[in-house]
Amino acid sequence: MRTLIDPQIIPLTPSPIRASVPMATSSVAAGFPSPADDYLERPLDFNELLIQNPAATFAVRIAGESMTGAGLFPNDIAVVNRSLPPKNGSIVMALVDGEFTIKRYRVRGATIWLQAENPKYEDILIKEGSAFEIWGVICHAVRML
Amino acid sequence: MGRHLPCGADALTEYFALVDCNNFYASCERVFQPKLRGQPVVILSNNDGCVIARSNEAKALGIEMGAPWHQHKKQFEELGVIVRSSNYTLYGDMSARVMKTLRQFSPNLEVYSIDEAFLSFDGFDSRMESQARDLRATVYQWTGIPVSVGIAPTKTLAKIANRAAKKNPASGGVYILMDSTEQEDLLGQLKLEDVWGIARRLSRRLNEVGITTPLELRQADAHFIRERFGVVIERIVLELRGQSCLELDEVPSNRKSLVSSRSFGRSVTTLQELREAVSTYASRATEKMRRQNLATASLIVFVETNPFRKQDKQYKASQNIRLPLASSDTGRITAASLTSLEAVWKPNHNYKKAGVMLLDLVPSTKVASTLFDAPDSISSQSRMKAIDAINRHFGRDTVILGSSRIKPKGTLRREMLSPCYSTDWNKLARVG
Repeated sequence: MRTLIDPQIIPLTPSPIRASVPMATSSVAAGFPSPADDYLERPLDFNELLIQNPAATFAVRIAGESMTGAGLFPNDIAVVNRSLPPKNGSIVMALVDGEFTIKRYRVRGATIWLQAENPKYEDILIKEGSAFEIWGVICHAVRML
Repeated sequence: MGRHLPCGADALTEYFALVDCNNFYASCERVFQPKLRGQPVVILSNNDGCVIARSNEAKALGIEMGAPWHQHKKQFEELGVIVRSSNYTLYGDMSARVMKTLRQFSPNLEVYSIDEAFLSFDGFDSRMESQARDLRATVYQWTGIPVSVGIAPTKTLAKIANRAAKKNPASGGVYILMDSTEQEDLLGQLKLEDVWGIARRLSRRLNEVGITTPLELRQADAHFIRERFGVVIERIVLELRGQSCLELDEVPSNRKSLVSSRSFGRSVTTLQELREAVSTYASRATEKMRRQNLATASLIVFVETNPFRKQDKQYKASQNIRLPLASSDTGRITAASLTSLEAVWKPNHNYKKAGVMLLDLVPSTKVASTLFDAPDSISSQSRMKAIDAINRHFGRDTVILGSSRIKPKGTLRREMLSPCYSTDWNKLARVG
């Protein structure tokens, strides 16, 4: 497979998206060090806030209204972490019979269902033997206003 | 490395794991398109030319690597084969994620290709298998990419172990090849070309001296092999015996030639455009050559028109050129390539393809100066090293020579391209 790759368009390490907000700044007065310098911290890094495990973190766009009760609205960006184990009550991106869906994961004994957070939508009961898989766990969402 | 340096001299136990992604391109497509699971999937080369990757289901249908798309389009439709243009942005990002995940398991990692990496594991025999299974499960969990793991005392045997992991479903994707009897068993069943670094031509030459399987190569007399085939092949013999000769970041380099070429997305007629393309290919090939510490004094430039466009005047030609001394300097190789291009180029033709082939590769350390010509100077060598390092770090084509263009003109044909789900905010998967 090696030689078949045209390496010219492989961005092996896409440049990370960096957004920063400085927490403390001071202009430098010649001669005197700023008294704030000792208190200077790294600027806020949104990657740090949203991405715990870069290798396992993906983003998807919310396309329906079934989770509005959990604060996920159409066109929001959901941050999906594939490395987290789902727990009862986690919001998950799941694969049910070949289709992706985002719902709240519910488990009681041997029963698993995906709970919608909008009364207009029905829960999905996972029947034994149906193709079901949790693709990742959603811990954050981003909304552009 | 000195000629007589004994391999595997130190007693410290070190094991190599080769982690290889299964049907990598098809697997990347499947992460975001679950409907492709269980279906025959093929990926086409740049410009949707030919098949360059296949899912297991596509392999089972007998679809060959390199099958030209335009000839098989109808057959694929009838068979229900799902076809995708190659999406190197997606594959590159998924590759980086896999490699990042692998670093959790060993800090000593060599990214060997977009879908393969060697890891060194020290000690811990008893935990090796569980560690390898854990690695495999973690990569799948984090990235959605299935991998196979082969572990052995040498890189060459790790390649073979990996192959065994892929071929035996019972292995569960992990194959550990430590036991000497087991190594012999396995090597006896393989072909010489299945061994890393042995190409068809070399295997034919080995056949001539009565070596027909990797097992026979392992048992061959190492001195005889060195005398007859050189130190590189001797190292393969020792590696097959379990004596580690290749460290991480070392590859068996017995390449005799190297080629860089490409079909254009559209017909190209002007000399200027061909010059840009040939410059790009010359610098690519030279960079590949430098990576193996090789140099060349002989190269060929070729151009051809599109044989499928019957209405076009057809032309196909190549021109060999020799340099006074072997070089691995991009400037020298590019200048020679352009001289050679000017000799083959004829106006009023619609060119479809061009390329540069570097021949008679020699170790760059063995280039001696002559009365009139000096080998690449130290400053040229360090300049090239710097360019390579920058391009590796910041992405290909960050630093290029003036004559090449960033992307050979002619838009890429990618009719069945999947979205860049993991790198483009505007292409995210939409989930309800």
